[in-house]
Order: sequence, then C-alpha cells, then structure tokens
Amino acid sequence: MTLALALEQLLNGIQLGVMLFLMAAGLTLIFGVMGLINLAHGSLYMVGAFACAAVAAWTGSFWIGLVASLIAAAAAGAIVELVVVRRLYDRDHLDQVLATFALILIFSEGTRWLFGSFPLYLDIPPLLQGAVSLPGGAEYPVYRFAIIAVGAAVALGLYFLISRTRLGMRIRAGESDREMIGALGVDIRTLYTVVFALGSALAGLAGAMVGALQSVQVGMGEPVLILAFVVIVIGGIGSIKGALLGALLVGIVDTLGRLLLPQIVGLFMPLAQAGPIGGAIASMLIYVVMALILAVKPRGLFPAAHG
Amino acid sequence: MVEPVLEISGLVKNFGALRATDGVTLDLRPGEIHALIGPNGAGKSTLIHQICGTLRQDAGTIRFVGRDVGALSVAERAQLGLGRTFQVSSIAPDFSALRNVMLAVQAKQGSSFRFFKPVMLDHSLIDTAMAMLERVNLGARARIPAAELSHGERRQLEIAMALALGSKAFLLDEPMAGMGPEGSKSLTRFLDTLRHEAPILLVEHDMDAVFALADRISVLVYGRVIATGTVEEIRRDPTVRTAYLGDHA
Amino acid sequence: MPMLNRENLVNLALAILLIAVPLIANGLGQPFYITLATRVAILALAATGLNLALGLGGLVSFGHAAFFGLGGYVAGILAAHNFSGEPVIFGLGGTNQMWVIWVVSILVSGIVGLAIGAISLRTSGVYFIMITLAFAQMVYYFAISWPAYGGQDGLSILVRNQFPGISTMRPLSFFFVCYVILILGIGLFALIRASRFGAALQASRQNEVRVATVGIRPFRIRLTAFVISAMLTGIAGALFADLNRFVSPSMLSWQMSGELIVLIILGGTGRLFGPLAGAALYVVFEYALGGMTERWQFFLGLILLLVVLFARGGLIGLLAGKAKHG
Repeated sequence: MTLALALEQLLNGIQLGVMLFLMAAGLTLIFGVMGLINLAHGSLYMVGAFACAAVAAWTGSFWIGLVASLIAAAAAGAIVELVVVRRLYDRDHLDQVLATFALILIFSEGTRWLFGSFPLYLDIPPLLQGAVSLPGGAEYPVYRFAIIAVGAAVALGLYFLISRTRLGMRIRAGESDREMIGALGVDIRTLYTVVFALGSALAGLAGAMVGALQSVQVGMGEPVLILAFVVIVIGGIGSIKGALLGALLVGIVDTLGRLLLPQIVGLFMPLAQAGPIGGAIASMLIYVVMALILAVKPRGLFPAAHG
Repeated sequence: MVEPVLEISGLVKNFGALRATDGVTLDLRPGEIHALIGPNGAGKSTLIHQICGTLRQDAGTIRFVGRDVGALSVAERAQLGLGRTFQVSSIAPDFSALRNVMLAVQAKQGSSFRFFKPVMLDHSLIDTAMAMLERVNLGARARIPAAELSHGERRQLEIAMALALGSKAFLLDEPMAGMGPEGSKSLTRFLDTLRHEAPILLVEHDMDAVFALADRISVLVYGRVIATGTVEEIRRDPTVRTAYLGDHA
Repeated sequence: MPMLNRENLVNLALAILLIAVPLIANGLGQPFYITLATRVAILALAATGLNLALGLGGLVSFGHAAFFGLGGYVAGILAAHNFSGEPVIFGLGGTNQMWVIWVVSILVSGIVGLAIGAISLRTSGVYFIMITLAFAQMVYYFAISWPAYGGQDGLSILVRNQFPGISTMRPLSFFFVCYVILILGIGLFALIRASRFGAALQASRQNEVRVATVGIRPFRIRLTAFVISAMLTGIAGALFADLNRFVSPSMLSWQMSGELIVLIILGGTGRLFGPLAGAALYVVFEYALGGMTERWQFFLGLILLLVVLFARGGLIGLLAGKAKHG
C-alpha cells in the first residue's frame, strides 16, 4: 500500500467523521438540554438532502439549495418540536423512541409521496469541482476538503456559541439544572424549540453536503443516525467534545478498517477469500471498538454530568 | 468488650478538592442505638453511601459482622445483613406492600432464580412477609399498592423489608423526616423496640428523637467526627455546643 | 391464579379468534388468511420474547431484530446445508428437522444475547437503547457483507423444514405448529412473570436501588431475562423464515427492531397478550391499509404517534382497563 492511498483514505475517514459529527452534535445537544432521544434525526438529514437537491435542480444553484436545506431542516425540526416532541420531554425513553420512530415512518413515506421512489442526484458545485494534489502523488477532491472545512467551522462555531454567547449560557444552564433556568426567567419553551431547530439544521446541512457524494433517497438518514448513536455512545452522551472526537474516531477506524482488514486477513488465507471475509469483519469493526470502550468506560469517553 | 457489629475506621472520601469524609472512625455495638448527627453538608449522606456500598471510600476500612466489606457491592452487603432505609423512601411502587416485603424474603432465602413457581402460591414467602408487615402495623394495608401508601406507611414498609432480611444492623437515614409529631412519637417507640432485633445506626435531625433513643451519639462536622459519647456527654461537650448544638441547647 | 376477570376474558377471546380465523379460512378455501394468521402468531411470539425484557424488565432493547434474524438464518443455513450435503461446521451437517433448528436457534440467539446483554446492561436508559440498536446493526452489516449465505440477497429455503408427523407444507398444519409454540411462549412468559425471578425482574424495573438494597443483584436478573428474551425471539425468527421460506438481512434491520417494539405498545406494554393483540392489529393494519394505499406506513406512523401520545395502555388497556399488579 502506498503512502498516497493511506493519506487519501485517512482524509476520507476524517470526512466521514466530520459528517457524523454534524449529526452527533445535534443529537447530543438535544439530549443534553432536553433529555430527549430523537430517532427522527436521520429524517431531518434526509429532509436537508431532498431540499438541497430539489432547490438546486429548480434554481440551478447548489448554494441556494444549501441554504434551502438549512431552512427546510430547521423549519421541519421546529414544527416537529412544537407539534410532537415537546409533549415527550416528561415521558420515559420508551415513549420517546416510539413517537420518534413513528415520525420516521411519517417522514419517509411523506417524502416518497412528494418525490417518488426514485433517487435524486445533486451535482458538486463548479467552484468545488476538481482535485488537489496530495504529497505522494494522489489527487483528492476539493469538495471533500470543503466538507472537512465546514465541519471544522461548525465545531468552532458551536464552541463559541456555547461558551461565549447568551444562548450558549442558557444551553449550559439548561443542561445542568432545568429548574434554575426557569427561575432565571428564560423562556424555556422557546429555548427548547431553538435548540431543536439548531440540531435539525446541522443534520440538514450534513444531508445536503453528502447528497452531492451519493444519491439522495428515502432511508438515507437512518444508517447515518445509527452511526451517530455509536459516536455519542463512545463520546459520552451530552458532550459536544465527545461527539467530535468520537465522530473522528469512528470515521477513521471505519474507513481504514475497510482498507486494511482485507489485507491483514490476506496474510492468513488466499486473497480471493480474504477480501469478502476481511470486508465482513471490517463492517463490524466500529461496533467492536464501541464494545471495547464501553467495557472500560460504560458512560463513554467524556461523560456529561447527567444522562 | 463485645465485638462491634459495624466498625468504621479512618474512612476518607474526596470529591475533587473537597474532603467529604475526613478520617471517620465509629462503631456500632450489639443492642445499641448509635445516633449520627451533624449540620447539613457535614457529610452524613456521603458516609452512608460508603457504608452501604453505593460509593467506594478512598481510604480506610469498613468491617461488618467481622468481615471487611469495603470492596463489596450494595447487594453483597445487604446479603450479609445490612438493612437500610432511605431518606426518601425507596420502594417498588407498582407492587403491593406485601409483594415488596416478599421480595426481601425471597432475597433472604437466596432464591431469585426460580422461574416456575408462582410467588402468590408460595406460603413460605407470603406468611413470612405478612408477619413482618404485622410487626410494623401494616398488616391491614398489605394488598395496597406501595405507591398509594402514606409517607409514614412507606417508612414502616421499608423497615419491614429490612426486618425480613434478618438484618444484623439497621442503618436508618432520617426516619423521622416528613413525619408529623404523632408519627414521630410512634416511630420513636417502635425504634426503641427494634434495637433488640439488631443495633441501629440512626442518622437523624430530630433532636427529641435522638435524645430519647440514642445510647451514644457521634457528631459529624465538615466530614469529621468531632465527638462521640453518651447523650449527657454530648450535651455537655463544649466543642459540640459551639460547633453544632449551640442553637439547640 | 387464573380468574375470569376482564383481561383474562379478552385474552381468551384473542386466543380463540386467532385459531378461528385460519379454520374458517381453511373451510372457505382461502389459504391466504391462514398465512396471515400464521404471521400474526410468529410476530406475537417474537414480541412476547421482547416483552419479557421490555415489559417486565423495562429494558428497551432496540436490537431484538438481531435475535429474530439470527433465528431465521439458523433455519436458512441449516436447510441449505441439508440440501447441499456440505457440513456447516466441525463436520456437522445441516438438517431439515424443525425441532433441531429450533434448538439451534435458541442456542445461537441465547449466546449472542448473552454477549450483547453483558455489554449493554452495564449501561441503562438511552445508552442501552442506542447500544442494542448498534449491536443489531453490526449483525445486520455482517449478514450483508458475508458472502457465503446470500449477502444482501438473502437465502431461500427451497422446501419448508419438516416436523415429525405433520405435513408442514400444508398452511393449516404449519399454522398449528406456530400457534402451539406461541401459546407455550405466552405460558412461559406468564410463569416467569408470576415467579420469584419475575418478581425480582419487575422490581428492578420499578426501583433498581431497592432491589440491590434487599441483596439481589439487578445485573444478573436483567442479563438472565435478556437472554431468555433473545431465545424466544430467536425461535420466532426460525419459524418466520420457514413461513416465508426465505431469510434476508431485512429480518435483522433496525426497522424490524422498531416493529417488534411497536407490536408491544399497540397491544399494551407488559400485558400477557399484549404482543398478540399488537401483532394482530399490526397485520390487520398492514393488510387493510396496504390494500387501500401504497403509503400505508405513513398512516401507521400517524396511528402509532397518536397511540403513544394519547392511548398509552394499548389495545388490551382499552379493552380490559389498567394493568393490575398483585
């Protein structure tokens, strides 16, 4: 294996990690502040992707599509919060799981109703087409670099939002003590809606960006959602820092595992068998990593105060 | 001298920079009620958590019925006979009072891995549990869901469960809390008889109850035991008076 | 103590209804309805398994599709090897005997359940939900990428497996096989619920601290319940594969895990016949709504949402009132 291939795969791993971070950050924020487990987060990812693809096809501009995806996902999130989710904060996790599972059914079939069963396609905007040369001779797509940059910017932005702004202060207060924040005179219902919409917008952004790398279709959100669950379980539920590190860990381990495991298995058996077997083991790798981390730290790497 | 049932020595627990338990040494002897008093924030709850096993001490030893239990789980300490009640009663709310006590009886019998015999046909469970409920005057309320019992009745239910465990020591965490004056009086009378069953470590704010019941009192302030002695000795102790009893005496 | 209270009457009616439908369908020469009833019986059995963990123990496993699918793959793989004559492992051949398949399904799902449970039960609450979901997804991806047994395309069972003295290819006979196992499964659930183990399990759902304080370790109780629960769902999976004569990764999918929970909730959590009521309701929805509109899942979602928000007792709760605990 060449250095170039290794570097390329490492970058792919980081790009996957960044995308998982956008999903996991919203999930973990919503859990940290409202104590809610939201299975429909993957649906908001799908909403973002469909909004971006549809608007980009209509206007011819990826960028307008991207803005539309943020607005659509945030709006869908806010509506879901106002109509359904706010009735669930006082309920147990089972009710939350079921109600948000029902939302998945509604979102998925609703989207199929609107857009049909065929996938949509989204082109990479002209500005971000092309590739950059990497040391070692490989070429790496600009667009994937852009995704990594967006993820880094969001991570920084969230850090500033939470540690430096009034909204962030309220979020932190909400995490530590829900009674206190009410006593501070913060309108807690509005805060919850805002946090939910923010998390939704991040999911929508992830969906829109990934939409240009793969087809946009119903059901695209849930596999990502489950990976994001793995991320926040590893990182510690409620912790943004844990979500970032967990996401990068999962992204890199998964990508490199798929590259390396078939070759490692190939050392022990004929290559024709080693490929599929190594691949099958690689598909389980991140879950094994999750199990190992949980065996040592049952509450994740960066356990938050409650959960 | 008789061997103490519960013997705590040099117990230390830190939370970051805060030393919540600071070298606590105390014991509980057969037949006695040993009251543990102290202002809020003195570290009483932290101490109880370490005795029961929900928190692990940083240093020091806890010996119970002759064994070092410092590394055992909550369940293992309970199996040895450490019966406990909680500041806020801890019960299985959907179960009737009777089934709550039956759970303790089956635990005492060491047989929770029986899958086929219905408990409600099992007289070795029901009869023992009923007897325990009668002892705490809850016999008439046996079939009521625990969630519907009054505050005082839940206290009694917890004590019935501790009795059913055949406890060798009782650890009662503020049993008088939230009881009216009448309830406190009758509970005081009951605890006075309970000491013949097994010694009681009584954590309590209600000084009337403490002075009426305790054979010995230990005073905990800032995680340290500043004095241990009889009621009279504690009443007279100048450090206790300044540190704690000042506003009571 | 079985008494003729309202819940028991509802349960009895359900049990009779489930057996009456295929008998009548058979008389009218409508084998499709027999298949529908068989589907209800098998899904109810799978959900009864889950109900042990979820309803009695409060363990919200979002990964029971793993056991359902494993049971299915055991049936598929053993049948395939029986057909090809190649040994499965260690020189042991396949089989087309259902009872052997059931025993192996129980063993396999029990062992995997022990591994998943031992790790997942170190946590609780949302962690538990997410981790069980993740482990089921792991099994799912493994099934997809492991090429030997069909991968993504699944595995067909050419001839339904055999049971001594019964012609399993006759829909009504196979229904009876499933019905008997369902009733045995519900009976097992009832026995466990009433037993000492069941008492400890239900108490650890209500108040874990209280259980530890009387000297019972909740972890052991929960792990045992999780394993038994996995076994019951596993045997249902084997029957499901035989019903469809096909097993695919979709039996292992997260949607399947969600569906199993939905069955319990539609019927009534922790209720003895809740899974059967839920499965019947679900299959009727699927059939009735599916006949009217392609988008039946949209309406299923709406109905489920309304049940969760406003009718938490499920169907049994609606018919028989609130659950009673002795």
